[in-house]
Amino acid sequence: MVTELLPLQLAAELFPNGIARYAIGGLLVGLGTAIIYLGTGISAGASTFLESTLSYGSSLSRFQQYVSSRDWRVVFTLGIVLGAAAFAATFQSGVLSSSLYQAGSTGELYEFAGVTFWSTDVQPWRLLVGGVFVGIGTRVGKGCTSGHGVCGVGSASKTSIVGVVTFLLVAILTAQLVAALGVSP
Amino acid sequence: MTDRHPLFIPLVLVGGLVFGFGLAYSQMARPEVVLDFLQFQDFGLLFVMFGGAVVTGLTFLLAPRFLDRAPLTGDRFERRLKSFDRNVLYGGAIFGVGWGLSGICPGAAYASLGIGNVTILWAIGGMFIGAYAQGYWRSRTTDTDPAATGAD
Repeated sequence: MVTELLPLQLAAELFPNGIARYAIGGLLVGLGTAIIYLGTGISAGASTFLESTLSYGSSLSRFQQYVSSRDWRVVFTLGIVLGAAAFAATFQSGVLSSSLYQAGSTGELYEFAGVTFWSTDVQPWRLLVGGVFVGIGTRVGKGCTSGHGVCGVGSASKTSIVGVVTFLLVAILTAQLVAALGVSP
Repeated sequence: MTDRHPLFIPLVLVGGLVFGFGLAYSQMARPEVVLDFLQFQDFGLLFVMFGGAVVTGLTFLLAPRFLDRAPLTGDRFERRLKSFDRNVLYGGAIFGVGWGLSGICPGAAYASLGIGNVTILWAIGGMFIGAYAQGYWRSRTTDTDPAATGAD
């Protein structure tokens, strides 16, 4: 009996929130990328939006190279925001539910205009400083979690796999260090 | 730009909607969930990246075999691989520090705004500052570099 329970206990420890919401969410992220790729041949990542949008206000050549794609990148980002808002209005608000969706317990929920919204408890300075590093790093390193992680790994690009392994290891070290220093949340 | 297929922008919007809904569903739009993953308290996030990569991997593999060109742009389906150099390591490491500190990455940040997380504007503002600083610095140092390649 012990041998039968052990894998279950291990799974519960490694995946306290199950895997369904993660796997389904990931499949949808891939599907969104696939829809755009099938129609246009473009493998879209989320972080080029930062530079391409800066081209509206800056004449630096570094940003101007994205002028031809900046409008659809704004639309892509707008889609991401609205898609997440659709999730907030359905699953997060309890209008839809599924055995394949387990709600989280982190952060704060609040009601606005009949929709259940969510807000983080992570301190603003961490978000701001972390955001600056993310903004620099994704541009120096040619990609982010979606460009390298989903598109790059999906196309078995060695560059992307090295990029993902690098940022994953450094992120683990950083998060563990910050937690060890007593910063929470 | 003006000769774009009329369905180009609507298709990008639909793709973004599915992408953002997925990020929210996976809870990756919540920095706390990413930080829990990085602190080994919940490994579920691996399935987000893995699930996404499986779908894109199959699409990238099969699309060129069954379709000649992308219907909305007329472009050929090809693997657009990014070249490797030391910047991938440096950039990855800098990105990792930011991701580990904040628990947020660009796509998840946009989705986080969508689920009502107004506080995430700190991170999005930071990302723009970082991207601008990098672009400014890059323009200063490599204006003569013709190999400034695109990135996603």
